[in-house]
Amino acid sequence: MMKVREIVLPGDQIDLQGAKARYGLYKCGEGQFCSEYFGVLQKSEQFVDVVPFNGAYMPRRGDKVIGKVIEIGPSMWITDISAPYTSLLHINDVPWRTNAGDLKRYINTGDYIYAKVLSINEINESWLTLKDVGLRKLEGGTIVSIPSPKVPRIIGKGGTMVNMIKDETGTRIVVGQNGLIWIDGPPENVMLAISAIEIVKNEAHTIGLTDRIAEYLKSKKGEISGNSK
Amino acid sequence: MGTVSDIKLIDEKGLRIDGRSPEELRPIKIETDVLNRADGSALIEWGGNKIIAAVYGPREAYPKHNQDINKAVVKARYNMEAYSVDERKRPGPDRRSMEISKVISEALESAIMVEQFPRAQIDIFIEVMQADAGTRIAGLTAAAVAVASAGIPMRDLVTGCTAGKVDGHIVLDLCKEEDNFGQADLPIAVLPKSGKVVLMQMDGDMSVEEFDQATGMVMNAIKRINQIQRDALKNKFETSTGEVGE
Repeated sequence: MMKVREIVLPGDQIDLQGAKARYGLYKCGEGQFCSEYFGVLQKSEQFVDVVPFNGAYMPRRGDKVIGKVIEIGPSMWITDISAPYTSLLHINDVPWRTNAGDLKRYINTGDYIYAKVLSINEINESWLTLKDVGLRKLEGGTIVSIPSPKVPRIIGKGGTMVNMIKDETGTRIVVGQNGLIWIDGPPENVMLAISAIEIVKNEAHTIGLTDRIAEYLKSKKGEISGNSK
Repeated sequence: MGTVSDIKLIDEKGLRIDGRSPEELRPIKIETDVLNRADGSALIEWGGNKIIAAVYGPREAYPKHNQDINKAVVKARYNMEAYSVDERKRPGPDRRSMEISKVISEALESAIMVEQFPRAQIDIFIEVMQADAGTRIAGLTAAAVAVASAGIPMRDLVTGCTAGKVDGHIVLDLCKEEDNFGQADLPIAVLPKSGKVVLMQMDGDMSVEEFDQATGMVMNAIKRINQIQRDALKNKFETSTGEVGE
């Protein structure tokens, strides 16, 4: 059996053991905290979080996300960032000199962009920007989607997991905080990367995942090269 | 309710028409994530009831005048299939199902942290495929599991159960015959951790003492039903990993 982190359900009282409640907990009495989510408990020395198994992405300022342009207004692109609300990209926030009414020439509906959340207000209206290093329109490639709470597992500690998938499969990968992942490369390599991401998605709550993915990718690669001989 | 008949619903030994003792529940089975397209879903089999609950959202509420600037709108739709009962039910919303949709929406709204999602809407579809008394409570119990598995923040799960009066006796979890020919039916749903009541309706009549006895029975049963809900959610993650592992 794999080792599984402690699973909690909504309303479960959490023993903080002196740490501070951070994400996914609410005050349910004097000095008591309960879980908001169905997820796993993550305890460090300072903080306690509940990481949900599933759930919508909620935009936060500074997050880099992948969005799909769904509508074009006179001076804005309206994008779906797989959050409960659409997000807006204004022409002043793109690196090109654009004229109002001529937005289609740069980004059309259906295109994907890698953008940063510029600002968000209290009723969850958000604006994106493309003015930063690495932000761009994503040309070609394939998009896969995972629940946004699992993004940290895809990235791994300091990017170990995603870098390993990139190196082992020989693909280019961009991970958005909102759970959309862009993969580009030869089709069979992309398929391999997708299957690895699928495993991370399904086993995100287990321990020792990076090592298992490394093993999986090695064995799959062996199979491919073995077949071609 | 209250239909007069000469069917004996409780025998000399105090057993009920389906052989249960007064405080015995029908078998309950819950399975989560039965639908791929929904954000969260659950299938409940409670005695003869077969009900599917699917959750979508939170997503932006449309039409726009339905949006609430302070909180999310919880919209549950309880629907009975035409084939769910003995005699074909005329499909579509009717007075009964609209009332049930409303009370279920309100019960779930008190558990979901709606204030985290201004302008949004959470859709919950409850489809009764086979009905056998107590569908509103079974539907709500399944819906709460589906909402939790959709990753929507909640204060607590919602758990429900019915009690009723049959042949002058207070019994738990009425079956179809008891519901049709009994004297009273009392569905209750609570937040199991705090014991707060979020749904209570009564059909027929009971004395105050009988009511207290019935609520007491329901409160005891809630603990058992809540455990079934918890196991249904947890099992998915504890067993599915065991197969892949080693």
